[in-house]
Amino acid sequence: MEAFHFFSKLDQTILLGKKASNLTELLDGLRTVPGSSIYYHTHRFLQQHNYLSPEPPNDFAYWVTGVLNDTVLGERLSSIDIIQFQTIAQLRSNLIELIEAYLHSSTRRVDCPPGEEFHYMASQIFVFPTPYHADNLQQFRDILTHISVNSIYYHVFDAKLRVEKGENDFSRWFADLGNAELAEKVRSLDPYTQTLESLRKKIIYLVGKYANN
Amino acid sequence: MPTIEEYAAVAGEAIVEELYLLAKHLNGLTIQNINSTAVGGGVAEILMRMMPLLKQLGIDARWDVIRGNEKFFAITKKMHNGLHGVPTEITDEEFEQFLDINRENANSMNFGDIVFVHDPQPIALIEKRKMIGKNWVWRCHIDFSNPDPRIWRFLEQYINLFDAAVFSAPAFARELAITQVLISPSIDPLSDKNRELPEETINEVFQRFGIDRSRPVVTQISRFDFLKDPVGVIKAYRAAKKHVDMQLVLAGGGATDDPEGALVMDLVKQEASHDKDIFVLFLPPASDIEINALQRGSSVVVQKSLKEGFGLTVSEALWKAKPVIAGAVGGIPLQITHKYSGILTHSIEGTSFWMKQLINEPEFARKLGVNGQQHIKNNFLITRHLKDYLLLFTSLFHKGDVVYL
Repeated sequence: MEAFHFFSKLDQTILLGKKASNLTELLDGLRTVPGSSIYYHTHRFLQQHNYLSPEPPNDFAYWVTGVLNDTVLGERLSSIDIIQFQTIAQLRSNLIELIEAYLHSSTRRVDCPPGEEFHYMASQIFVFPTPYHADNLQQFRDILTHISVNSIYYHVFDAKLRVEKGENDFSRWFADLGNAELAEKVRSLDPYTQTLESLRKKIIYLVGKYANN
Repeated sequence: MPTIEEYAAVAGEAIVEELYLLAKHLNGLTIQNINSTAVGGGVAEILMRMMPLLKQLGIDARWDVIRGNEKFFAITKKMHNGLHGVPTEITDEEFEQFLDINRENANSMNFGDIVFVHDPQPIALIEKRKMIGKNWVWRCHIDFSNPDPRIWRFLEQYINLFDAAVFSAPAFARELAITQVLISPSIDPLSDKNRELPEETINEVFQRFGIDRSRPVVTQISRFDFLKDPVGVIKAYRAAKKHVDMQLVLAGGGATDDPEGALVMDLVKQEASHDKDIFVLFLPPASDIEINALQRGSSVVVQKSLKEGFGLTVSEALWKAKPVIAGAVGGIPLQITHKYSGILTHSIEGTSFWMKQLINEPEFARKLGVNGQQHIKNNFLITRHLKDYLLLFTSLFHKGDVVYL
């Protein structure tokens, strides 16, 4: 069986020079910005607040709630179940449909205060190999205790949706090892509703259980 | 200067390990920083701290300073003010003189593989690119949200000749033909302003200024400037003090050579004159230990800015795990998520309310501070700044959203 090679990644934040003052302009941006921007605004909080409560989960929800003061739409945007999407295009369509439907049903039209516009950004990610590789679950668990959170982030979030492999790298390797049950347990963790550190602990716990069997 | 390994103890081993992995990809390249001053000012301060660390990571980093005469710097000062939105008149002749000095410098300089130009003063060095090629990046360290249109148009023609432009806040991005990158400022956790201090040092500083550490202390550290609203802070304190015992410290510098600063200082002193629990401290430039001690010894730190670039004093206080109440302006919302890692306010009343709340609920205040410290550790330390620079340089040789190194 092939060893699991741990990669890591680091992001460079790109400014797109495009901003929105209200929902119509936000929608216009959602239709036109690159996929890396949709990914950035739905994942930035997870990465930057990895020691905090994971709320609020995405920049769109945060801005609509906190700046436009629209708690109804804000709650809908923050409740999007990102884990169900296999591609960024699907996620983009869902965001667009949700705001379009809301604009259709609501007469509320508000501009944000000057200086509090939504600024569209994106990220360029750089993936690189780390010196760590695991031949078995015990080694995998040991590495997971000290590897950077960026590595966990890459194998769990980027692998599935950014690189569009369809699932996280860890589950794929566990399945290849013949541990279908462990693969499924890790696959079914919702990484979007917890911090990266708590996700690390849960995966370490699960792998530890199967490593000792 | 501390070594990169000493930063690993603060920021985490894994973070520094990744810096080394990234730096390997820049082997053999010379990175040349160019700005207009070797000492004084934020840019020189950042470069002084970054250069030794880049070198320890194995990067061939250099730093050159352009030469200019008095006239040149008078023009660049006007340019600086104009970019901050102050009405400014720069004549065609002055723009020509600006270009002449840049050309003289370009002709006497040896350029590295990556030329990293800081701020507008050396921006026209880029004209040299036609002859020598190389990779060029321009970093703007100043607030660019409301620039004078004529100065902007002049600079834009040069900015668009670079490979990339770097800004400190999302609001400074423009519609440009080149890639724009966001790199936030950072604090140095091992500097005198931010490093751990022994309890005795904190006590000594408080005793020296006559502040009672056994009672709650609310502190704002910033220069005496209308935009930092020190009078608003006193009003908020007064309203809060009707119900909760506290002392207020307003500490900062920068008033002596600034007529507006002196005026603000007078107003603050007048406002504070009949209250022995308000301490107005004018600190000389070399007061980093005092600032550090005042922040560490305070119960709550306030930064009630009405306008702000990034607001590094907020990062400094959060790094010390202090509960911070700050105006929701400039870069402050990037540092504080309201009620998670601090408190964002928009008024004197709101500031006053949260002063009472945080002093009455120390456990909630403590949690805000702990969360704030983790947020700064993760996003606004000098190690993150180093990572951003390494990525920026690497990105000059790789296109595409996902790059495999």
